[in-house]
Amino acid sequence: MAKTHVTLNLNGESAEVLCEPRQTLLEVLRDELDLTGTKEGCATGDCGACSVLLDGRVVCACLVLAVEAEGRTLTTVEGLADGDELHPLQKAFLEHAALQCGICTPGFLVAAKALLDRNPEPSEHEVRYELAGNLCRCTGYDKIVRAVLAAAADMRGTAPRGN
Amino acid sequence: MHEIRYSAPHSLDDALGLLAADDARVLAGGTDLLIQLRAGLNPARHLVDVKRIAELATLSFDDGGALHLGAAVPCWRLADDERVRHVFPGLAEATALIGSTQIQSRATIAGNLCNGSPAADTTPALVALGAVCVVQGPGGRRDVPVQQFVVAPGRTVLARGELLVELRIPAPAARSSDAYQRFIPRNEMDIAVVGVGASVTLDAARCSAARVALGAVGPTVIVADAAARALVGSALDDAALARAAEAAMAAAQPISDMRAPADYRREITGVLVRRVVAEAARRAQRGA
Repeated sequence: MAKTHVTLNLNGESAEVLCEPRQTLLEVLRDELDLTGTKEGCATGDCGACSVLLDGRVVCACLVLAVEAEGRTLTTVEGLADGDELHPLQKAFLEHAALQCGICTPGFLVAAKALLDRNPEPSEHEVRYELAGNLCRCTGYDKIVRAVLAAAADMRGTAPRGN
Repeated sequence: MHEIRYSAPHSLDDALGLLAADDARVLAGGTDLLIQLRAGLNPARHLVDVKRIAELATLSFDDGGALHLGAAVPCWRLADDERVRHVFPGLAEATALIGSTQIQSRATIAGNLCNGSPAADTTPALVALGAVCVVQGPGGRRDVPVQQFVVAPGRTVLARGELLVELRIPAPAARSSDAYQRFIPRNEMDIAVVGVGASVTLDAARCSAARVALGAVGPTVIVADAAARALVGSALDDAALARAAEAAMAAAQPISDMRAPADYRREITGVLVRRVVAEAARRAQRGA
């Protein structure tokens, strides 16, 4: 099968990749670009483990063809940290022990970034609602929600918001 | 997934040319199509991505106040649009119910309709508003009312080579509003057991026009005309709402399946009709 040449902005830098039209963005990220931070969970758009930002909107990379990313801006979990400096969300997840097995964590981090980019001061309810597309089978979610609220407060420079 | 070709035309004419082939399918949000392809349930060999066609990617109101919703506009753009939320709050709330934030970023209202699910949340909301599908194909352009677009579960009126270009939602009359609610056994991210959309128009304290549409209680959306007739001329008081609920329960053709037994669906249809009409009336009263 003829491969298609795709050019995109990936984590702030121009990137090029050859892919088959049938390959999902998730497959190309992991298998062609060696960006294995993005995880495959269900591969049917239900679990959110493969969440990435496409032109700033959170999407499941398993439900996007890589060829659709031509000319688009893509951010993966590898693009959250600033060099060696972790993103406030990543720090908060560590401080709040908001992960156990870790498979869902990259997806939660990316989806939470999308949420905080749009709404810097979400309520607990809003965090739970907006992150309902990300499944975690270990934590019971509570520590994840606390971590997102703490990161939001940290980024605003204020105390965490209650309900 | 089997091998496919992919095209992303920038013009409607180019897209229609590509869609003339037997094995071509429209790719909009892809949230259903890509899953079907991976499961071997869709024979498409050529995907025509319509998201780069300007006309399909546009959400706009015309001078007369009608909403033109391009077929490739993702859910979030409609649900987040201030004017849509003000003018068509029921359509906005139906749209916001679809899937997760991730799905909202990709899935389209037009795709929700073309998929032909009896439980599609946006379909009763569109029907309540009298929305029309603008379909273009080799034979030109035609309008199809939304309630006639899906002819059976998973089947639409689209002939080979035809494309749903936009949904046109007429400007509401003065003192009108709409609402949509569904019942699911959890808080979100589920498929409707029953979904009800309604719109009402007020004249003084009376209801002068109404539309009631029922989802997930028949093979396709049901327009409950008898329920609407029970509302028109009334003050939308409890007695009128009860009559409309009775009429809607009679019009429903529910089946029993894993989500609910038929009797339960019928009962919930009545409950939701009362709630949704009352909410639409509240919004119309305060000029929502």
